[in-house]
Amino acid sequence: MSQNKSSISTFVKTLPKNIFAGFVVSLIALPLGLGLAMASEAPPIAGIIAAVVGGVVVSIFGGSHVTIAGPGNGLVGVLLVAITTLGLESTYAAVICSGILLAVLGFLRMGKLADFFPSSAIQGMLAAIGLIILGKQFHIMLAHKIKREDTIDYLLEIPYTINDAVHYNNEGLIFAAIAGVLSLAIMMFYPKIRNKYLQLIPAPMWIVILSVAFSYYFELVEHEANPIDQLYMISGIPEFNDIIAQLPSVDFSKIGSFSFWSSVLALTLIASIESLLSIKAVDKLDPEKRRSNVNLDLKALGLATIGSGFLGGLNVVTVIARSSVNVNNSATNRSSNFFHATFLVIFIVLFSTQLTRIPLPALMAILVFTGYKLASPKTIRNIFSIGKEQLIIFFVTLFVTLKVGLITGILSGVITTFIIHVLINRSSSLFLRNVLKPNVLMYQEEQGRNYYISVKHFCSFLNFYRLKQKLEVIPENQDVIIDFSLCEFVDNTVMENLNNYRNLFIKRGGHFDVVGLDLHDADSKHPFALRRLLPVPNIVKSSLTKRQNNMQEIATDYALIYQSKKEKTTHFLDAFHFFRTKSTHHIYNQLLTKNEVLKIFDIEFSEGEFIAKETVRTTMLYVALGKRIPEFTLDREGFLEKVYAFAGFKDIPIQEHSDFNRRFYLLGEDEDAIKTFFNDDIIHFFESNPYYHIESNGNALLVFSKERLASTKEIKTLFDFGKRLKNVIS
Amino acid sequence: MSTKPFNAIGIGVTFSPNLKANIYEAARLSLMFNSRLILIHVGEKSSDKEAKFQSILESFTSDDLDVELVFKLGKTVDVILSASKEKSIDLLILGALQRENFLKYYVGSIARKITRRAECSVLLLVKPSEERVQCEHVVVNGLKDPKTEQTISLAFYVAHTLGADKVTVVEEITEEELAIKVEDDKSLRMANIAKERIRLRENSRVKRIIENIPRTYTNDIAIKSQPIFGQKGYSIGHYAQIARADLLVMNAPSKMTFWDRLFPHDIEHILTELPTDVLIIQ
Repeated sequence: MSQNKSSISTFVKTLPKNIFAGFVVSLIALPLGLGLAMASEAPPIAGIIAAVVGGVVVSIFGGSHVTIAGPGNGLVGVLLVAITTLGLESTYAAVICSGILLAVLGFLRMGKLADFFPSSAIQGMLAAIGLIILGKQFHIMLAHKIKREDTIDYLLEIPYTINDAVHYNNEGLIFAAIAGVLSLAIMMFYPKIRNKYLQLIPAPMWIVILSVAFSYYFELVEHEANPIDQLYMISGIPEFNDIIAQLPSVDFSKIGSFSFWSSVLALTLIASIESLLSIKAVDKLDPEKRRSNVNLDLKALGLATIGSGFLGGLNVVTVIARSSVNVNNSATNRSSNFFHATFLVIFIVLFSTQLTRIPLPALMAILVFTGYKLASPKTIRNIFSIGKEQLIIFFVTLFVTLKVGLITGILSGVITTFIIHVLINRSSSLFLRNVLKPNVLMYQEEQGRNYYISVKHFCSFLNFYRLKQKLEVIPENQDVIIDFSLCEFVDNTVMENLNNYRNLFIKRGGHFDVVGLDLHDADSKHPFALRRLLPVPNIVKSSLTKRQNNMQEIATDYALIYQSKKEKTTHFLDAFHFFRTKSTHHIYNQLLTKNEVLKIFDIEFSEGEFIAKETVRTTMLYVALGKRIPEFTLDREGFLEKVYAFAGFKDIPIQEHSDFNRRFYLLGEDEDAIKTFFNDDIIHFFESNPYYHIESNGNALLVFSKERLASTKEIKTLFDFGKRLKNVIS
Repeated sequence: MSTKPFNAIGIGVTFSPNLKANIYEAARLSLMFNSRLILIHVGEKSSDKEAKFQSILESFTSDDLDVELVFKLGKTVDVILSASKEKSIDLLILGALQRENFLKYYVGSIARKITRRAECSVLLLVKPSEERVQCEHVVVNGLKDPKTEQTISLAFYVAHTLGADKVTVVEEITEEELAIKVEDDKSLRMANIAKERIRLRENSRVKRIIENIPRTYTNDIAIKSQPIFGQKGYSIGHYAQIARADLLVMNAPSKMTFWDRLFPHDIEHILTELPTDVLIIQ
């Protein structure tokens, strides 16, 4: 009960913050809602209805914390097609049906749906949506309404429109175009202006305020009509009472037609992808590090969409831009979403007549800017830096989406990605044979309680959900090690997602390390580049893995020298007992102190020969002592006991240290020398530190723990251990 | 568990490049387990063949190896199965195939059929060798199953006999067993508590089983139990590969229907992707 009370009191305490955040968000939501609805050729108020219904329903039933729901950018393209082919009233029916499907997805726990799309294909689709928005609205922004069949035609005609705009004679059109260009300028330069009073109001609201003020100036001061052509003013914003009184009629008569269902599917697909991506992105921003219940949110979004459809609104999705503004204004819970809806209602009730004073080009400038953001050259550059093949996927998706439609577009992206993966690996059997196998193993290691995840065969967008499923059940403040050494192919969708997880874990106090990619080859230096295991590893690697970069960072941090290249001369290891029965191949990823006293390295060695040969990769620490000490081997009781027993060694007991004797296994030839060497200081050191396998060859020590590569955190621990061990001994 | 679980060891032999290695492995195991070795050859009996087998076995005759040769005509699968029944073989040894130019092994169609239908224990060898390779680490399943107790105790017997120094009992815990779907912080916390509870329960169950095994088999072996969360059957193979086990010991599947092959689970996963030598205990 006390917990409930305290949660109520925090709720009340944070209420003012959330009301304020909701207010700021509503300032953006208002112009965006109007603009998005008009871009979809729906009545402008439809966008506001979607935002209000979304804000209320999702804040009550949703499972996320600081997200904002409302009409989304991604849906503009689909809604546009739906409205032109089906008509407005049937589109409302399609919106309702897609809401039902969305809720069903939530009930079926299909929150993982978005994981099945390669990230470059999603990028391509978003860019296409951006171009659809930009292409259509650009002309309106310059007061040049045109109607074309094809989306690409809109884009191709942009130069003509600019040319026309420069040569306008009609004063109304000139003013309209100026309003559009100025608004675009405000959108572009607003983020660059660092003024705290100016930044209080978001850019879209500045546009609204300025244009309303402009219109009042002419009316009240100049006593003239607004010089902007009436055709280019927002029309049809009803009074609040009318919205309630005149519910639109929803037309379900086309429910049997193919075009109806293809619209419904497209709406559902885009709505779910956009929402899921946004929820994931907003979770990363959440200052309280909470985890959203994605499936619950899908259900709430579905419900909100159904309601919005009946009231004459658009689809409701989770939107990233408004949500991030919400977080930036220190929202702490869902109530801010509710207040954003409340303020929207207040605006409509109080200012619905003022809203008609906003020029259409000004509003469309906001959308042109959003469209440009989705399809900016920066995105393309970014994708190119990941890999040339990603660009093919991106452009195939982009063009098919523009030419045919969203669903065909994303499907073509998926197929292209798969074909490219097959070509890169020169094998389709790798994918076909293994796609259904549960290729991810996770367990908690006994030592250290790390979560260890090993991935076999391949890991791409096709089966990433398996890896994700495992990652989802790990609390983010734990240590995770993902091992790809058994994995032949990792694609960039996985690398990108893993990077997101890494950021999430680091932010919440955990550690997230990817090992075993050092032998894979990548075409570009980008950390998200896809990686393929090479049968014969390259001598010169084209790029460093994240782990290698981390090691480089450790090197600068600890003033060490880092060498990633493979070194075949490993004679300094020959004197160690451990390597008597093993053949070392090479060491790589070396971290050494300037005087080469401490040296950490990854090593590849094999046990047995020919068919019984097993290759092992692990991380070891080498400590040069510079003085003679007895030869010995120290390990956890019972680990290598058998192997050494053959050589005639047996456990050496140290007197008066029964705990040490119980926990450690100490072997060596010269029993007396070892007994004198292990003085109280050394024994206390071993007793109070983590277990490692430690070997002395007389003048150097070899320290390691696991028969796998160490994560960066483990490397640091190992280095620290070695440094202190050296101090204790000398 | 009887003191001598493997009285007769059988192996199907053909004249393949692996013949010598296969027979050497089988003969060595027979000596270690102190059991009779039965070589089953599908084909006509001839003195020529017999001489060849005998010449390979020559190096073992000094050790008093009890060998019997069986020649029988018919379909390979049927011959081997019927012969193992007639001769009351307790352990059947089968060789695996290696995928071209990859270090991956799988069980061929004939060996697979035999594995499915055999009424005795089956040992699948991934890399038979003429030289003895020391078996160091044995992984055994700790599934909650009536057969498991026998499987674990046999695993310890085998580990002891082969001189292994480490046995890991792997408990596979499936998603369904967890019964909590992780969706947000609260369900994550619940799931972790549930997991910990399952882990402790499984550990104590395995510990009880091990306590019932004669001390002689468990004394000088390091015992570890490792719960893993994943698909039954497949994950244990994956684990064996990572833990670099030399032998994986598993329960025989309860029953095989057409559907089991279509939707592979348990043992079928292991057969398509042998991680190491696998011993299936009937």
